[in-house]
Parts: sequence; structure tokens; C-alpha cells
Amino acid sequence: MFDVQKPETAVDQTAIKIAARNVQVFYGNTQAIKDVDVDIQDKTVTSFIGPSGCGKSTFLRCLNRMNDTIDSCRVEGEILLDGQDIYAPRVDPVQLRARVGMVFQKPNPFPKSIYDNVAYGPRIHGMARTKDEIDEVVEKSLRRAALWDEVKDRLDTPGTGLSGGQQQRLCIARAVATRPEVLLMDEPCSALDPIATAQVEELIDELKQRFSVVIVTHSMQQAARVSQKTAFFHLGNLVEYGDTNTIFTNPQDHRTESYITGRIG
Amino acid sequence: MTDQTNATGFDWDGPAFQSQMKKRRRSQIRLKLLGLGAIAIAFLMLMLLIGSLISTGYQAFTQTHLKIEVFLDPEHVDPENPARGNYRQILTDTMKVQFPEVADDRAALRRLTSILSNGAQFTIRDRVVANPGLIGETVQFNVPVSDDYDQLNKGLIDPETPEAHRRLKDDEIANFELLKDRGVVTKPLNTALLTNADSRFPELAGLKGALVGSFYALLTCFLLSFPLGIGAALYLEEFAPRNRFSDLIEININNLAAVPSVVFGLLALAVFLGWFGMPRSAPFVGGMTLALMTLPTIIIATRAALKAVPPSIREAALGVGASKQQVVFGHVLPLAMPGILTGTIIGLAQALGETAPLLLIGMNAFITSAPSTPFDSATALPTQIFIWADSPERGFVSRTSAAILVLLTFLITMNALAIFMRQKFERKW
Repeated sequence: MFDVQKPETAVDQTAIKIAARNVQVFYGNTQAIKDVDVDIQDKTVTSFIGPSGCGKSTFLRCLNRMNDTIDSCRVEGEILLDGQDIYAPRVDPVQLRARVGMVFQKPNPFPKSIYDNVAYGPRIHGMARTKDEIDEVVEKSLRRAALWDEVKDRLDTPGTGLSGGQQQRLCIARAVATRPEVLLMDEPCSALDPIATAQVEELIDELKQRFSVVIVTHSMQQAARVSQKTAFFHLGNLVEYGDTNTIFTNPQDHRTESYITGRIG
Repeated sequence: MTDQTNATGFDWDGPAFQSQMKKRRRSQIRLKLLGLGAIAIAFLMLMLLIGSLISTGYQAFTQTHLKIEVFLDPEHVDPENPARGNYRQILTDTMKVQFPEVADDRAALRRLTSILSNGAQFTIRDRVVANPGLIGETVQFNVPVSDDYDQLNKGLIDPETPEAHRRLKDDEIANFELLKDRGVVTKPLNTALLTNADSRFPELAGLKGALVGSFYALLTCFLLSFPLGIGAALYLEEFAPRNRFSDLIEININNLAAVPSVVFGLLALAVFLGWFGMPRSAPFVGGMTLALMTLPTIIIATRAALKAVPPSIREAALGVGASKQQVVFGHVLPLAMPGILTGTIIGLAQALGETAPLLLIGMNAFITSAPSTPFDSATALPTQIFIWADSPERGFVSRTSAAILVLLTFLITMNALAIFMRQKFERKW
């Protein structure tokens, strides 16, 4: 058995943003995640693939402690963000979620104006105080989400009035507005049409220049298109993790190969 | 190709299929007719109720008045102290002028004066007190007639019935007809119904005391139950740990909503009046009692509204780093507000119509002035209806129906408001 890597060594590898060590997740008495070790690099897109129910979303939600909101959920092991354990008692999950943003499967803008949707995060975290500062953050975030040109003339119309793809990009803008270091995306394109999907994928590619992006996806083509690293989950285990190219062209594990070739899942 | 009998296709005209289809259609029509019948019966009952209320109550919306020239004799009214004048004598003198032929017959004169309501003297007094300069002048007054004559004028006393069987004798009817012929009898809108407080005399009785009492009671009820109800529901729904204890609380709240209202009245009598010595018949105490009843309704409605907020909104807010409190107060509560308001208004409408608990804390007392604070004695609309329905005077029959119509108007208005709020603030996501 390999020794569990010490946090210091993880920090030394500067490129590693999140390091998970020996993570176990339980819902009540059922174990959803078993012994997951993974290093997520900075300024990289990492995709989690695997059949439904394999635990990839559960693991993703551990990374910003969204699972804390589920009473029966229990997480064991260590997840280090920049070498610090995010499950340590002194870590505030609320602040953590500002550093590790999240975009959900279904576009879920607040029933407020486009402007207020984006301004919400910076406001509650006190990152921008004056009107000018907030204006600036809103514009910058909407530009980063490639939505600015489409909505700049109607910032005060409700965000729920946008099309599905626009709503999802609005949610990305909202997440980006708090200047996160990591952006988690839980099947961000599963409710979108191919054109909107392409736009979001293009966006993900741009976003990786600023921070690390972790994306859960059902579409292997999408994983291949957008990610540099891929992790394959199966029945709660992390089966294989490596460069996307290697995983798709030369998988080491027979389960990975079966999944990629469409035999399981 | 003219032969269309099909060997392989389905036979749409075949007898087996036809009879099956007929049977199915018949049962469908039967079901539809049953539904229509049920609705028709419900509608008919409602119409019957409202129809009977209107047919007996409409008379109460007018009141027979007498237009009389009153000489404000300085002999009977002291300009120094106009409130203590002998206005009864002034009225008797007025009737003496109207009927000079009975001027010396004291008994006949008294019966003539009784055409006028007992409240007529107070109407005149109030005018004089407000403007003492009128003393010594002849002023025209429009004063209500007493109940029997009002009934006569409205056709509720039939002059054809034998004299012994009716409340007004032949000569009294003749006198009134004489006044009618002179054109001094009028039948204006009965504003006293809303502007007067209760009275022993139906022609003077109004709902002002009950309206103000109900208003204070509902205000107290709202101020207590709305914040408490939302607070309790928010805690139970959003913050409380799910365990046996919170389950127990939930079950008990649901049970409370089903407790008969008279039990709350008994509780209020024992606790508010008995232990804490709060005043009897006070709308404030009435409101507190009603709040006990409304609270479970509001809690249940609020919890349902909070539950209906989609989880995706909570996740979205949590995802950008909002605290639990920010999520609840910034997103969930505003989205649940239309539902909460609807539930609250319906709860309040229920409280407005509630009688039993108010009877137990003495809000069915006979009180002739409207309360000026929530701590004064008062009645409420439903208890006023109860009092009037219990009164023997004929005039209260139509007034009871009129009061019910007023109460129903308020209830319908509140429910309409609830529907309006729900539609106005409802948000789609």
C-alpha cells in the first residue's frame, strides 16, 4: 500500500490545486464514494466521467462542501485546497463556496434581474461596495461568460427570461463574479441544445486560463473536447485518472475501456 | 376496389365494437352529468342562501324618516347648557303642530310622539349642542321613525289583518297615512347601519361598534400571528434538525389547526381573562384568541409555501457562497411570500367569521358605543349578528340579514384580495 501523501508534498507541486486523499462519502449507511485519491491541477479542465450513479457528482459536491446541506451525508478523508484541508473545523463552508464556485445541471438563475444575478455574489461577500465597482464586476463577469454583448442593453430584465443557453452562461457569470479559484460544473450542458453546448464549451476553454475547472459530464465527446485530464468513476471508485488523451486512446483499466467503447454505462 | 370489407383491417362498424363504444360513451356522459349535478346543487344552495339574505335584508338598507319642522323653544333648552334641554317636550310640541286637533289629549299626543324614534331627541340635541345659535329658531330635521312605523312603511305590517293581531292600531295607521299624504315621510339610505353603534331600538342600531371591534381584533390577530407564524414555520422548515422532537411539534401544529374554535375560547377565558386578568369583551383579547386559531393555519401555509420554492434556487445561492441565513431571507422567503400572504389572508378571513371563541370572552355584550381603543369593550361582526338574531324586535330580523351581508362582503373582499395577491406576486421560474 502506498503511504498517504503528506499535504506538504502536495503544496510543493505548484500545479496542484485540489488534492483528495482517501475520500469516502456515505449517505446514511450506504457508501457512495470509496477511497478516492485525485490531484486536480490548476488552470486545467478536469472532467469526471462515468455511468449514472457512479458517484462523480457526489464527489464534485464534496469539493465545495455542498454535501453539507444533506443531513445524512458524511465525508471522510482529506480534501486539500492549496494544501489546506477544506473539511477542517476552522474552514467556513460559506467562504469556501465563494472560492470554489459551482454551476449546476439545470440553469438556475435567481428570479431577479440579470444585473442582480451577477452582482449578488460580490455584494454578499463585500467584494464590491460602490455602484461603480459592482457595475465593473458585472460587466467583466458577463464578458467572461461571453454573454455581455447579448444582454448589455437589458441588464434590468429578469434573468429567467433568457434562453436556456443564455441562462446557463448567466449562471457561469454569476459563479465567476465572486472570483473563484476553482469552478465546479455539474453536467452544465445536459439541459442545453448543441449550439448552446458549443458556446459553453468554448467558454470553459477560456475559463481555464484563469482557474481550474472541474466538469462532470455524461458525454464522452464533451470530456474529450474540453478537458485535459479525465477521471473515470465506476460504482463509487475512481477507476482511472490521467491525461484525457491517454484515457480515451489507451485506457489502462478494462472497465474504462468498456465504458468508453459503450459496453457499460 | 369498391368492396371495402376488410379482411385484415379493423372493423369500425362492427357490432361488437359499436356496442363497446356506446357503453363507454354512456358512462362518460353519466359521469359528466353527475359532476354537473353536484355543481348545480352547490350553486343552487349558495344562491338560496344569498337570495334569502338579500330578500330579508334589503329592507334594512333603507330607513323611514320623518321630515319635521322643529321649533327649538328657548323655554325648554337653556342656551348655557344645551345638552340638558328637554328635547322630548320639543318633539311633543312639534307633533302638536302637526296634529292641532289632538293638542289637548295627552294620551293621543304621546302615541303621536311615539311615531318618532326614541333617538330623534338625541339627533336634535346633538345638532343644538354643536350649534347653540339654533335655539329659538325653527329648524328642519329628518329624524328616523320608530320601528313599528318603519315596518308599516315597508309593508311588513299589513293593515288588512285584524286590529288585535297587529302592533299598530287603526288610528295610528291613519295618523301615519296622514303624514305620508303630507309628503313628510321619506325613506333614505340607512347610513345609520354603518355609522351607529348598537342600540335597543332597531331603527337606531348600527354596526359601527362591531366593525371597529372586528377591525381591532383582526389587527391584533394579524400582528401576533403573522410574525409568530412565519418565524415558527421558517425555523421548523429551514433550521430545525429533523428528529423526533420536531416531528412531534409538526404533528401537534397540524392537530391544533383542527381543534374546534370554542376550545380556544375556553382557553382564552381561563388564561387571558382568568389568570392574567385582561379586560372582558376587549377586541385586543379577542384578537389574541383569534391569533391562537390563525397561528396553525399560517404556519401550515407558510411551510407549504417554503417547501414549494425549488431547491435549485437554494443551491444556486449556496453555490455562490451565501450563508444559510442569506439563502432563506434573500431568496426563499421572498419567493414564498405570495403563498404566505394568501394563507394569512385566508386565515384572517376565517378569524373574521369566527364567533364561538368571542362569545366566551364576552364580546357579545350589549355595547352602545364604538370602542376607541382595542382595550374598550366591543362586539365583533359575527357576535353582533348573534346578538341581533337573538333580539325580539321585528326590525332586527332584516338587520340581522343585512349584517350577515356586510360580513359576507368583507369575507369575499378578503378572499378576492388573496387571489389578487397570489396572481400579482406569483413568479415563474
